Amino acid sequence: MVCESGSVRFDVQVEVRLREGVADPQGQTIERSLPHLGFKGVEGVRVGKSIRFTVEAPDEAAARAEVDDMCARFLTNPVIEDAEVTLR
Amino acid sequence: MTRVGVVLFPGSNCEQDALEAVRYLGGDAELLWHGDSTVQGVDAVIVPGGFAHGDYLRPGAIARFSPVMAAVADHAAAGGAVVGICNGFQVLTEAGLLPGALQKNRGLSFLCTTVAVRVESTDSVLTSEATTGAVLRIPINHFEGNYTCGPETLRELQGEERIVLRYVDNPNGSVDDIAGICNADRNVVGLMPHPERAVHAILGSTDGAPLLQSLLKTGGRLRATA
Repeated sequence: MVCESGSVRFDVQVEVRLREGVADPQGQTIERSLPHLGFKGVEGVRVGKSIRFTVEAPDEAAARAEVDDMCARFLTNPVIEDAEVTLR
Repeated sequence: MTRVGVVLFPGSNCEQDALEAVRYLGGDAELLWHGDSTVQGVDAVIVPGGFAHGDYLRPGAIARFSPVMAAVADHAAAGGAVVGICNGFQVLTEAGLLPGALQKNRGLSFLCTTVAVRVESTDSVLTSEATTGAVLRIPINHFEGNYTCGPETLRELQGEERIVLRYVDNPNGSVDDIAGICNADRNVVGLMPHPERAVHAILGSTDGAPLLQSLLKTGGRLRATA
């Protein structure tokens, strides 16, 4: 969506995930529970969170840079989490 | 008399216990409002337990931006004592005053019980009056107390004897049984157990007293400053 100012409004989805190698007790609990419901063969369950918002920026690169900065400073804890950012 | 400031965030719930414990042990205690950009000249700061800002996003993630936290960081940088208990420990890691992070407990259980912790170093503002090797019975009360950090940070903590308290029987999956750590200058300490809940026989244990007494005795200063 192009705004009056000439900049563009992007739909942003930030998927926050635990870093590889960081234990995920929620994922492990879900994985242990699924066989009890008859779902066999499920492995590698990882639980994250999804954060959605819109952001206005001159172009996609600028929007991505801004969202990356948000992720590094606030939306994730870099000690244990990373994020996958999707812009539309 | 050592003046201790206890930070009150929206959602803190252990601040009154901390005030009472400090006063009972002979210190002067006052609340510090999270929205004020000052620690009011206190000698030592306690960041208490609870759910600061509702623990939204992550425990401590929002609290770190409260105006008082810049003043707490300045206080720490000037050598003043800062102790984060439980949620306060989470706030201090998010604020970058202590390394690492607190994850959900192994086994995904909220833990509310009394545990045994061993004093591993007496070189910190919270353990100077304790005895190395002493085992203290202190309550824990947390869901996210599983301390974790990168391998390099862990080596640093171990090598510099900055792990000040370890669980005797690890309840939450914490790396290297860590219950409490300090920063490189040893004036900032974070711990998951609640010493303020173990200062009087009526509470079931007095083992938290030597920890808070350390804070009072040092007057918030571990070493005399020039």
